[in-house]
Amino acid sequence: MLRALALALLFFAAGAVGSLLAGSRPGLARVLGNTFALFGATVALGLGLAGAAGGTFEVVIPRLLPIGGVALGIDRLSAFFVVVIAVGAIPSALYALGYTRVYEKRHSLAGMGLAFNAFLAAMVLVPLARNVLTFLVLWEAMALASYFLVMTESEQRDTESAGWVYLVMTHAGFACLLVGFLLMSRAAGSMSFADWRGVSPAIGGTTRHAVFLLLALGFGSKAGVIPLHIWLPRAHPAAPSHVSALMSGVMIKLGVYGLVRVGFDWLATGPAWWGGAVLVVAAISAILGVLYALVEHDLKRLLAYHSVENIGIILLGVGAGMMFQSYNLPALAGLALIAGLYHTLNHATFKSLLFMGAGAILHATHTRNMEEMGGLIKRMPWTAVCFLVGSVSIAALPPFNGFISEWLTFQSLLLSFQISSSAANLIFVLSVAALALTSGLAAACFIKAFGISFLALPRSEHAREAREVDFTMRAAMALLALACVAFGVAPFGVLFFLNKAVSVLTGAPTDVHFGWNSVMANDSFASVSPLWIAVALVALLSAIPVGLRVAGANRRRRYYETWGCGRALQTARFEYTATAFANPFKRVFGLLYRPVKELDIQFHPESRFFVRTIAFRNEARSILEEALYNPLRRLAQFLAERARVLQSGNIHVYLLYVLIALLVLVMLAR
Amino acid sequence: MLTKILIEVIQLLVVALGAPLLLGLLRKLKARLQGRRGASVLQPYRDLRKLLAKEAVVSENTSWIFRFTPYLLAAVMLLASLLLPILTTHTPLGFIGNIIVLMYLFLLATFFLALAGLDAGSAFGGMGSSREMVIAALAEPTVMIAIFAIALRVGSTSLDEIVRRGTTESLLLLNPGHLLAFIALFVVALAETGRLPVDNPATHLELTMIHEAMVLEYSGRHLALVEWAAAMKLLLFLVLLSNLFFPWGVAATSTPGALGLAFVALGAKVSALAAIIALLETSLAKLRLFLVPELLSGSLTLALLAVLSFFFVR
Repeated sequence: MLRALALALLFFAAGAVGSLLAGSRPGLARVLGNTFALFGATVALGLGLAGAAGGTFEVVIPRLLPIGGVALGIDRLSAFFVVVIAVGAIPSALYALGYTRVYEKRHSLAGMGLAFNAFLAAMVLVPLARNVLTFLVLWEAMALASYFLVMTESEQRDTESAGWVYLVMTHAGFACLLVGFLLMSRAAGSMSFADWRGVSPAIGGTTRHAVFLLLALGFGSKAGVIPLHIWLPRAHPAAPSHVSALMSGVMIKLGVYGLVRVGFDWLATGPAWWGGAVLVVAAISAILGVLYALVEHDLKRLLAYHSVENIGIILLGVGAGMMFQSYNLPALAGLALIAGLYHTLNHATFKSLLFMGAGAILHATHTRNMEEMGGLIKRMPWTAVCFLVGSVSIAALPPFNGFISEWLTFQSLLLSFQISSSAANLIFVLSVAALALTSGLAAACFIKAFGISFLALPRSEHAREAREVDFTMRAAMALLALACVAFGVAPFGVLFFLNKAVSVLTGAPTDVHFGWNSVMANDSFASVSPLWIAVALVALLSAIPVGLRVAGANRRRRYYETWGCGRALQTARFEYTATAFANPFKRVFGLLYRPVKELDIQFHPESRFFVRTIAFRNEARSILEEALYNPLRRLAQFLAERARVLQSGNIHVYLLYVLIALLVLVMLAR
Repeated sequence: MLTKILIEVIQLLVVALGAPLLLGLLRKLKARLQGRRGASVLQPYRDLRKLLAKEAVVSENTSWIFRFTPYLLAAVMLLASLLLPILTTHTPLGFIGNIIVLMYLFLLATFFLALAGLDAGSAFGGMGSSREMVIAALAEPTVMIAIFAIALRVGSTSLDEIVRRGTTESLLLLNPGHLLAFIALFVVALAETGRLPVDNPATHLELTMIHEAMVLEYSGRHLALVEWAAAMKLLLFLVLLSNLFFPWGVAATSTPGALGLAFVALGAKVSALAAIIALLETSLAKLRLFLVPELLSGSLTLALLAVLSFFFVR
């Protein structure tokens, strides 16, 4: 086990150093950096699987860090997250082999290889951290490495501001974590995570609640829950697509990891309002995430908003689990937590896949604007099929993987009637409605995303000239598409590992029973057999053409133009656009969007019956950002200006500051 | 084993062959209520035969999605007929999915139909897809909350179990929560199957059509499959409503007598629901698209009341 970890880290180091050394030859740097990353991720997958099967190790390297040294270890939960990371990282590295070729001329592939490998190594190590300082150092390393990757295309204005927002938000989260961890360490008398679970019930109420809130804020900002999500739709689209895939598919899951640790391990078992608060935030994130995605026509931003939505769905499971645990229903808590963790894995697969699909489109058409795409299914058939699999999975349709985890989430929410508290019941009922609305809207959104991008006629010259992407990118997407099908049709493989990991956390057998072909929740409450659904669908699909032939159907097919009310000319201008598709949603949910409408018509000077140009803008505003962050920003600006008084530029004054600070510290520490 | 296979085959045939008859009956009833004589109840079969005999004209702009969708629609509806308790409370394939699976299968069909609507590149198709998804998305919470209301009282989401409990405990059906859930699901059924007042199945007016706009480009065998699947969806929803809420006559054993009785009872119940729909469609005008959310949020309120009534009167 330990050897596998060392090997994986060695590969990542080789990738980082190799691409640095090959700096002057970008082609070599690209191949070295990504191939070693691929090897490292594959070894990490082995490590994760071995850990999920029950293998453990604990290792402490003293003196490398103060207070406890570097402490690493693995248990089933950590191992599960290592698997999730590897499932995203392997295709991402493979994809990058082909995808980063376009960066060779303009950007430093050496720096990119270094940051990419460091990012992967930090992510693999975060769930293995076993004390506070190790965790924080790795957490920060992960944030910084991803920041440098986001800044790859720093010559663009958007990227610069995206990176800035990301940096601010991630450090605000880091500050919350730091304070929360230190408070907890003082209360528990130990910096080692292993000691926390035993003492947490003895900690006084206020401290415990404060620790929970601080850690939840810190991890929530990394996970991207609303209202801490604002960095996500900015930073993820700005990064190169294989990095977007990793950030959206994998990195934000480490926020989920932290929350699960807080709720079920470090601070277990908390009062019911903790779980209730997570549920409420999760429901809001799910609905608002998908609603913002619906009116977004930048494909990568759309996907980023869907990450907010899916984190919401995941946290519905986690929050429900925490709630069940508080009401002493550990079997149901297990069911809910399994649902959340299963969705974590599924989201890692389909969101990585979709970001890579978006990257392939960007590669082929040089645009992220859906209104300039169209007709790509004929020009990029492989990408189209993979993107379709991802779309159907994220829309949670059977028999693909998103469905099974969302189904489990529904069951756990429905089973909440076993709790006898009206307030809790009400929260659960509203969560059910929220999840249902979210899944319906997600389906609508991916009809838009796939339909407008891939179907009908190309809407621009770029889209018309699009070509299918190269083999490594297609292979990476196909790998993930297969995973989407496999995790959907054969859930027993995933459930087997999850069941064990979760029952350790909740301390009781879970309420999920499964065989090779079916999954049951709470005995006879609900059952599903995705395998048989898939088999039956395929069988019926192949039987229908036979049936048609037996019925003597006419088998001829004639191609002709689309009916256009007798118009002579059919162009892409007549097609329905993404804006038009989303418009009814914008009207129905107008309260949340507050759309701004601007119509500017320039008439011909001689007659108002002839129009020269029409400009139409109909943007949805994010009321949350305006209401919440603008005052904060103004406050920060105000304080900064006040603080400028201190900055005299005189070195003697600065030395005086240092002296005063030292004196204050000495007095405090006395 | 043989009985089980036989039951599934019978269920499949009831849905596959009964669907056009239901459509014919509905149209006939509507015609009589409107003072017309109407076409024969067998007319939908003749329409299907006519469509099957014609060649399929396919738009040049379309991809394989457009050609694949009709087959998927029919396959999904046939699959649904295998797991729904239509005649007996011991549906052999009932274990492969509970009521939530059934609803998501319908959503799968809607998903592809909406994609097919966009595929031809005509403004009509896109308009239909967009509107259909607004309705489908807004109907989803009602469906789940109504399911929640039923699951609360029965203690299960298995379709078989819900129907079985209904046949053995007749008092279960009398509680107000059940009635509210029924009304909520009935409204959703109207919305999902494209009936008035949400969508008018008889119109081809550009500005008002929803389902018809999505399938405007279809012809020949493709259109036959789409129409057949739409009819099956209507029948499946009516069977679902009648067996979940009025499970009288559903066979508890697999004897030919019990199955025969169940068949007759099913015919009567579905006809009664069809009569209600015909009556509604005769007396109601189509709602403006942006009033449909109000109808659906009304049905959501009913479903929520159905759930809350359980928590407060238990």
